[in-house]
Amino acid sequence: MISLAGRDILHAWGKFVFTGFGLGLLIGVTLTMAGVYRGMVADGRALIDNSGADLWVVQQGTLGPYAEPSSLYDDLWRDIAGIAGVAAAANVTYLTMQVARPDSDVRVMVVGIAPGMPAGPGWPRHLVAGRQITRGHYEAVADVKAGLRLGERIRIRRKHYTVVGLTRRMVSSSGDPMVFIPLKDAQEAQFLKDNDSIHSQRRRTLENPAFNRPGVPGVAEAVIASQATSNFVNAVLVRVKPGYDVAEVAESIRRWQRLQVYDRAQMEEILVGKLIATSSKQIGMFLVILAVVSAAIVAFIIYTLTMDKIREIAVLKLIGTRNRTIAGMILKQALALGAIGFMVGRISATFAAPHFPKYVLLIPQDAVAGFFIVMAICTLASLVAIRMAIKVDPAEAIGG
Amino acid sequence: MSEGGILIEGLRKRYGQGDTAVDALKEVNMRVEPGEVVGLIGPSGSGKSTLLKCLGAVIDPSAGRMTLGDEVIYDDGWKVRDLRALRRDKIGFVFQAPYLIPFLDVTDNVALLPMLAGVPNAQARKRAHELLEALDVQHRARAMPAQLSGGEQQRVAIARGLVNRPPVILADEPTAPLDSVRALAVIRILNDMARQYRTAVIVVTHDEKIIPTFRRIYHIRDGVTHEEQGEGRLPE
Ligand SMILES: Nc1ncnc2c1ncn2[C@@H]1O[C@H](COP(=O)(O)OP(=O)(O)OP(=O)(O)O)[C@@H](O)[C@H]1O
Ligand SMILES: [Mg+2]
Repeated sequence: MISLAGRDILHAWGKFVFTGFGLGLLIGVTLTMAGVYRGMVADGRALIDNSGADLWVVQQGTLGPYAEPSSLYDDLWRDIAGIAGVAAAANVTYLTMQVARPDSDVRVMVVGIAPGMPAGPGWPRHLVAGRQITRGHYEAVADVKAGLRLGERIRIRRKHYTVVGLTRRMVSSSGDPMVFIPLKDAQEAQFLKDNDSIHSQRRRTLENPAFNRPGVPGVAEAVIASQATSNFVNAVLVRVKPGYDVAEVAESIRRWQRLQVYDRAQMEEILVGKLIATSSKQIGMFLVILAVVSAAIVAFIIYTLTMDKIREIAVLKLIGTRNRTIAGMILKQALALGAIGFMVGRISATFAAPHFPKYVLLIPQDAVAGFFIVMAICTLASLVAIRMAIKVDPAEAIGG
Repeated sequence: MSEGGILIEGLRKRYGQGDTAVDALKEVNMRVEPGEVVGLIGPSGSGKSTLLKCLGAVIDPSAGRMTLGDEVIYDDGWKVRDLRALRRDKIGFVFQAPYLIPFLDVTDNVALLPMLAGVPNAQARKRAHELLEALDVQHRARAMPAQLSGGEQQRVAIARGLVNRPPVILADEPTAPLDSVRALAVIRILNDMARQYRTAVIVVTHDEKIIPTFRRIYHIRDGVTHEEQGEGRLPE
């Protein structure tokens, strides 16, 4: 027996290839959407992995530092470093903002890292160019995605920084590239007020009799000095010594310091399960719509292709073709259309992915699942046409 | 009756029921010997197509008896289980418009029938080639139907009707689109094939050019058949 479906496709290959191509672009969009979701998850994981921390210590009762604001005193890290099993503890601040370049600005996450311990928790791990920060002020290491060049001068708030190193895959959970600067600078950037509010605060402090008491000089000045500097950070990143149980160390920090402590699994749950939950539902909704649209397109195309063949189907039935054979022909055509579409979609997604501003991660599992979903959709979509073909009366071939 | 051949006795067909019922066939009696080609003529609406559809097992008659060879296929109800296989194995159809499958080449249009019956592809194609040769279209064996002339298409359709060596061929206006030379050629082929394969052929026609070629003609008026003697002149 010959393949009726195959012959029909060869005969009308133009129609098939063009519809397959259109369907393919739709499938490409679908695969890319899935890739956007995977990219978000991967960004979250990269944030966790590349922080080099085993534990995140944050403000009591918060989901900080990435999903909620958290603030801690910047001397807590010393106490934490003293707890048994802690290999390293480092202050870190996070601040998402626009960074000014001479002719444009770029959205980044500015990360303040504690000086003096390269490759400590929070530090960029792999440099692709340049060096790590060595001075306590005005140096920066940027993720390549920020588009900054080595030696470039950038402005964060009112201070200028020189880019001394470039790193990669250091992004915030929303995909913004990171720019690392020394902790002191970052604290200042985070809490720095503009000149007007400094003046107004200074005036208020001086007018307050509690601070500016006659006969007790120096108090007001001390208060003003303390207001001008910040001694808060967003989190303390902790690395646990080998051989120690991470959960036990976390428990002792919780017990002694009355702080919130998250381990990797909990952090991942916060980032993937909570922070990007809404976005992933949004993408899921898109995927559903795209699936419905693709199904409608396949159903419509297969339906019209079958409509065009009603007379031939009547003849096939008249000369003794089984319904099963005819249904098989239509089904195979739908599957072939799906296969062409999937191939085009896979290729176009692969080519498009690197051009997206955020990380798009195409994983083989999604492609395999996508393939089976496309095939299932095509099968469903062909049912309408198959039903119609089965209803065709062989008497129609004989005519009046 | 000898092997092959068609015998129809008291066949009736009523479409619909109640007030709107149409008695398309009231009393049809026909006999076609193996190897014989008979004409079936009658005015429009007289029931010709209805008769072919009953005999071709695509609609159900209302009453009567039909015999193909020595097998009673209908006796106030179908006597064969698988009408699809009956059509495939016992009946060849040739239509006014040849209704070839546009996405199969000439050879496979003809070979499809034996293939459907489970004959291996190579053997089915070999049979198709034999018939195409007999019908003088073997030079177009690789062409697609759309590339053939009307007469070539008709001959391919006849080859398809014959390829399973059915004991019966039903032809509905097979010469309508052809000029008189080609129309007569088609009738000659049908006669040759009928003789060669002992096939019983019924040709429904309005075509004045070919009516004189039949030795026997059935006239159908208002669903009732009348047998008539034909001229039986088939010009060489
Ligand atoms: N499906 C149907 N339902 C109801 N009545 C029908 C149906 N098919 C045919 N008829 C009626 O049966 C009668 C015979 O029709 P049939 O098609 O057999 O005529 P015909 O001899 O083939 O005519 P023509 O030469 O015009 O093709 C006509 O009156 C027609 O209206
Ligand atoms: Mg008719």
